[in-house]
Amino acid sequence: MSKDAIKANKKKPYSFDKILKQFRTRGQIVIVGASLAGLRAAEALRENGFEGRLIIIGDEPHEPYDRPPLSKAVLKGWVPADHTKLPRLRRVDAEWKLGVAAVGLDRVNHLVKLGNGEEIHYDRLLIATGTRARPWSNPEEAALEGVFTVRTVEDAAGLSAALQAKPRRVLIIGSGFVGSEIASVCRDLDLPVTVTERGSGPLKGALGGVISDIVADMMRDAGVDLRTGVSVKSLHGDDSGHVRSATLSDGTVLDADVVIPSQGSIRNVEWLDGAGLAAGQWGVGCDAGCRAFDINGVVTDHIFVIGDVARAPHVLYGYEFLALEHWDNAVLGAEVAANNILNLEVGRRAHLPLPSFWSAEFGVNIKSVGVCSFGDEIVFTQGSPEDRRFAAAYGKNGRIVGAVTFDHGKWLPYYADLIERSAPFPPPPPGFDVPTNNEVMPARFPDPREPSGNPDVVLTGHDPTDRHAEFRPRSH
Amino acid sequence: MEAAAAWAEAMKFAHRPNPYPFYEELRRTPVAKVAEHTYVVTGYPEVLALAHDPRISSDIGRSPSGLFGESDAKLETAEAAQAKDSSMLVSDPPGHDTMRRQFMRHFGPPHTPDLIPSMADFVTDLANELLDTVKAGGGTRMDVVDDFSYPIPVSVIFRVMGAPIEDEPKFHAWVVDFMQGADVGPERDTTEGKAAVQKAATSMAELDAYVRALVERLAREPGPGLLSAVLHDEGPDGPVSHDVAAANAMLLLIAGHDSTVNTITNCVMTLLRNPGSWDLLRDNPELVPRTVEEVQRLQGAVQFFPSRWATADIEIAGTRIPAGSAVFLVYAAANRDPRRFPSPDRFDPMRENNEHLGFGSGIHTCFGGPLARLEVNLALEVFLRRVRSPRLVVDPPPYRHNQVFRGPRHLWVDFADID
Repeated sequence: MSKDAIKANKKKPYSFDKILKQFRTRGQIVIVGASLAGLRAAEALRENGFEGRLIIIGDEPHEPYDRPPLSKAVLKGWVPADHTKLPRLRRVDAEWKLGVAAVGLDRVNHLVKLGNGEEIHYDRLLIATGTRARPWSNPEEAALEGVFTVRTVEDAAGLSAALQAKPRRVLIIGSGFVGSEIASVCRDLDLPVTVTERGSGPLKGALGGVISDIVADMMRDAGVDLRTGVSVKSLHGDDSGHVRSATLSDGTVLDADVVIPSQGSIRNVEWLDGAGLAAGQWGVGCDAGCRAFDINGVVTDHIFVIGDVARAPHVLYGYEFLALEHWDNAVLGAEVAANNILNLEVGRRAHLPLPSFWSAEFGVNIKSVGVCSFGDEIVFTQGSPEDRRFAAAYGKNGRIVGAVTFDHGKWLPYYADLIERSAPFPPPPPGFDVPTNNEVMPARFPDPREPSGNPDVVLTGHDPTDRHAEFRPRSH
Repeated sequence: MEAAAAWAEAMKFAHRPNPYPFYEELRRTPVAKVAEHTYVVTGYPEVLALAHDPRISSDIGRSPSGLFGESDAKLETAEAAQAKDSSMLVSDPPGHDTMRRQFMRHFGPPHTPDLIPSMADFVTDLANELLDTVKAGGGTRMDVVDDFSYPIPVSVIFRVMGAPIEDEPKFHAWVVDFMQGADVGPERDTTEGKAAVQKAATSMAELDAYVRALVERLAREPGPGLLSAVLHDEGPDGPVSHDVAAANAMLLLIAGHDSTVNTITNCVMTLLRNPGSWDLLRDNPELVPRTVEEVQRLQGAVQFFPSRWATADIEIAGTRIPAGSAVFLVYAAANRDPRRFPSPDRFDPMRENNEHLGFGSGIHTCFGGPLARLEVNLALEVFLRRVRSPRLVVDPPPYRHNQVFRGPRHLWVDFADID
């Protein structure tokens, strides 16, 4: 190279940093999904100094709202369904396209295609399309009046009104967290309620059989008609198209004016068909920095994914891909994704949340850290399972991987710390309040081949020989 | 400096105005042995971890230490008085959990969501009346402790508990004796210290008798307030026993007496110590809640509590705490750990991410914290709004003797006027 050429080269060095700087001031970011993850990401992008154009697309007509109250306070009648709008942490100066769904992605031309025919250009795309409730499998029956799934604010408003109308009986199909919480609300409202569960007990997918037995007792003590090993074959309406009864797999015909299929969720990935991303029924695969993988498992540069629809390898769990339908996963993932969208290699951070969730049902506050369903053993560590006030730890291969508490949430940081350090299992005994039964037991998670409710932590595995859960839609 | 020496210095009365340099010294070994059977914990992550560790007991009756230091220094009467104390603060689950549930049912949400907010007007009116009284005196100097901070929490806690306010002066005298005598530092072994311990024990016995008589009366004749409510509770855990009622009534009355008084005083003192912050707060009263938290971080009203001990050998931060050792979680030291709080000694009313341990952490987190926060916020707001051009007369001010419930005895402030 001649001296002049070197000089010229120095004059105009090719710099990614410069491109990045331009992107931060003039770039265009599109967020698909206008719920918790999408909103928090938008706020974090502005907080991190993004000055370019920000477009947020949401298929629901509402501003971002909070979903946890929809199966609790809203149904109890404490809070109107439309009073769940999420608080704003700061101005986001975004263009909101609400009530219009993204229907396609053209990665070659950097375009998101909308249901109204519009095409939106992006420099960076953030996918936060989440999940939707799994609908009742028979569309005609699903359309009967009085049949509700619970995911959206309209669902909750409709169901809340139906519950206020004092139905003769409520039938809940499935006993995961949403089903159990709604059953609890029904009992609080003094409504007769039947819960059917194809598997052997409630919350078994998330917490295993030992804890499931306790929850089953809680349900029955509260007056829930819990029927395990039973599924619903068909729903029947009256002449006006209102559901009135259901036929169960054991032949029983049950009268019910409200039916709530709560059989887990479906990830909203259909709009990515043909886009060549690692998207499927388990969500969109991404690295621990929220960068989406393409269909070959190669990381993309411009597409990020967060929230319920994302699945990423987790260092604590053998780098298995975790899909976490948890509130804080959405919030923390949003912050990391926003940072990583605005930075190159060395500025990037990892989203390595210690999974956690809570549920409130039958007067008990259930909280958990780690991934209980990754474990195969359980031990009660504190308190009294008989009184439904206790802590329990889950182990695998002599390491602690998860913990659950019933009205013992203030102890969780201790277990979180043990899990983060992959401390030995079982943990050392406490100095007080030692459970009567503190033997290590099999945790009794469902056989992955056994059809069951859809646990909201899913281990999808990267090695075909690994144990992995598999959701099979109900067969009729 | 050896850890034991640094701890002894931190506990000396002469260093009550500023024990923090000694805490900083101690923090070089975040978990340090300071006496035969006593370990002090001064690092933030270590305090946090041990506050949530179910191998750390709060059952003070089984700890080698206690309110009067390691057991060889205990006097018989003191021991007896202490043994009677089975409040939630010095109990383990499941007993602790039951007590806390029984009392919380009548104090906070979900069962009693309105009690604490309902005190707001009472606090504001009282704060205004107190300043009216100072103003009517015609002077330009006040003692913030006696004239302002003290009457507010005391009136509130007596009202909340359902104790007759006319008994407050004798109650106050007993508490002063107790605070004077409960000394875990080197001075408890002096002639003066021993006399103070003796006096504390006598006063505690009288206080105990008073509270028990109150409990007996409320058990016979139900009245308004928390104490009567727990004695006549028909909730899932049933009514509390007279012993439990008395022990916890004592705890809540003393805590309501002292810690909140100190926190209000600490807020005024800290604002006046830091040039510009008075005006900043006066012009931006929306910063008051954050300021209260920041003051509680810097000048925790409960510096540590000497009830905890290790039920098993515990390895933490390179130190092995042997089973049976007393473990002092020094919240005040952890709150200035530079690993957790940047520029930890700096007062910053705008500080973000201020998850301090001023109200503790874990199952023993301050029971009255929400009430205290309400009182301090409202009192400070009123003081800021009405007192013109205040300045400290003596800094540091004279302090009370007690190491645990640390706070100024007086805080003289000169001012131009009261609106």
